[in-house]
Amino acid sequence: MARKILYQDAINEALDQEMARDDSVIVMGEDVVGGTGAGGEMDAWGGVLGVTKGLYGKYGDRIMDSPISESALVGAAVGAAATGMRPVCELMFIDFMGVCFDQIYNQAAKFRYMFGGKATTPVVIRTMYGAGFRAAAQHSQCLYNIFTHVPGLKVVMPSSPYDAKGLLIQAIRDDDPVIFCEHKALYATEGDVPEESYAIPFGEANIVREGDDVTIVALGRMVRFATKAAEALAADGINCEIVDPRTSSPFDEDTVLESVETTGRLVVVDESNPRCSMATDISSLVSQKGFGFLQAPIEMVTAPHTPVPFSGALEDLYIPSPDKIEAAVRKTVAYGN
Amino acid sequence: MKTIREFEERVHVEFAKGGIPGFVHLYAGEEASATGVCMNLEEDDYIASNHRGHGHCIAKGVEVTGMMSEIYGKGSGTCHGKGGSMHIADLDVGMMGANGIVGGGPPLVCGAGLTAKLRGKGNIALAFFGDGASNQGTTLESMNLASVWKLPVVFVAENNGYAEATASSWSVSCKDISTRAAGFGMPGTTIDGHDFFAVHEATRAAVERARSGGGPSLIECKLDRFFGHFEGDNQKYREPNEVKTIREESDCIKRFSNTITNDTEITVSDLATIDGEVQILIDDAVDKAIAGADPEPEKLLTDVYIRY
Repeated sequence: MARKILYQDAINEALDQEMARDDSVIVMGEDVVGGTGAGGEMDAWGGVLGVTKGLYGKYGDRIMDSPISESALVGAAVGAAATGMRPVCELMFIDFMGVCFDQIYNQAAKFRYMFGGKATTPVVIRTMYGAGFRAAAQHSQCLYNIFTHVPGLKVVMPSSPYDAKGLLIQAIRDDDPVIFCEHKALYATEGDVPEESYAIPFGEANIVREGDDVTIVALGRMVRFATKAAEALAADGINCEIVDPRTSSPFDEDTVLESVETTGRLVVVDESNPRCSMATDISSLVSQKGFGFLQAPIEMVTAPHTPVPFSGALEDLYIPSPDKIEAAVRKTVAYGN
Repeated sequence: MKTIREFEERVHVEFAKGGIPGFVHLYAGEEASATGVCMNLEEDDYIASNHRGHGHCIAKGVEVTGMMSEIYGKGSGTCHGKGGSMHIADLDVGMMGANGIVGGGPPLVCGAGLTAKLRGKGNIALAFFGDGASNQGTTLESMNLASVWKLPVVFVAENNGYAEATASSWSVSCKDISTRAAGFGMPGTTIDGHDFFAVHEATRAAVERARSGGGPSLIECKLDRFFGHFEGDNQKYREPNEVKTIREESDCIKRFSNTITNDTEITVSDLATIDGEVQILIDDAVDKAIAGADPEPEKLLTDVYIRY
């Protein structure tokens, strides 16, 4: 029987196995150990939500706490990568990238191109994203789309423990800079994860559920919501195919287009704000390259064009829900009928 | 020093003729800093530079003909014409890149220093930055991080008196940038950046400290640039005879030449021979840059990723 572990433990296991395999893999971030320089225990936190817990005991100085200086921290990770290490740098919340974005998009992303192909920057930036924790506007955003815009970066958003482990191992072994986006509401979700090491290639979408009536493309946590909606719809005879791109850069265009060719209907589910998002990007792709397949207008289920609210009453309205996905599917099925 | 001076004076002339595209920031006048610093470094030591980076590149050993071709945007350039003046880099000689972002380099140098520390090979990393970057959060964060992580890093602030067109005497809140070192628990010293020997000596001490595990240091070189912030700068913010006076009284190469011809057996004639060789080198670099081919169109799309 397959082993089930939590999403956050799958991430920990990927880090552990890669650190054991390759001594150039190092981990750095704010409180990734927790307790450095203090009078109490080391590894007191192991990351703000405990994702890196236990690595300090095994790898000592190869996992290091940083002052709260995201520019210096991320820049140091980039500089270490350019000089021979494989740093995995934790940027605690994706919202904090505003204070260190230069080191990501002007430095790491551009070295290879600007330097005529002579730089290799194998850095991974792990970062937590997403709403649902009542964490309000500066600790809840879904910003993977911003990184996706930047040439030179690869962007990953695993939706399951299995994908989290395999994609993180691939990210660490990958020679390009990778932004690894972990949904904080997925950490406590459980799934089948093999104990052995494995890598999932980037740019290969996962067909989470097969169906021939409507294609749902969903990212990150939204894959679970789409699955829930699809189960309800199946009871009414509407069969949804759920495509999880797993990486927004590179992006598996072929799998999305092939699915829409079969179903003729597309719903894109994205937790980001709606403008210049993965939802608009995927809609644009299908409009340009799959227009002839479409039997109904594309539907987008996204957050509204607002910051993330604090109050649970409002935040629950903000986040795309299974109900909204179900409604969007029904709308596209009803079109023309 | 002479190679840098000749390179920059020539780029100035060629830029005025219209042959060089884009933004160019010249290092002429500051040669004693790059040279005095980099003569303390080995090939496996790393430096990060800034927008005014030609001098740092040459002093660290980046090949001059490739640099000139890069500045002309040619396929034979150091970065195959895809970087330009502000992004010349050659990691093979420890040059992590000129940088178009003020304060972009210090965090990267912390990373190179971290690699050096973890690998334990005894090499170090050094950041050149200007008075403008001394006010950037990235620089201040990096000085703190380098101290906290006890990294083998040296910070070299080249204070040429101006951040673009704004005086450092106004924009830097302390008299000497080096005094900021105390706030980060590292030694700081301010020296006359026109004096090659002073730069060399101060850097030697800082590099030794870094190599021996003593942690980071900050050196401030007070110096002057002969040209504007960028080529085309009207320099109206400078006093009318400022540059003329600097060239006459504070030229680091004249000072160096006087010292060594007075204090050693090296003669004026020996220096003239070196000057002649430099002239040939730069003439050749410009000829090759002008004659070089543009990058091929397909190069637009290469080297964005290693695999995608």
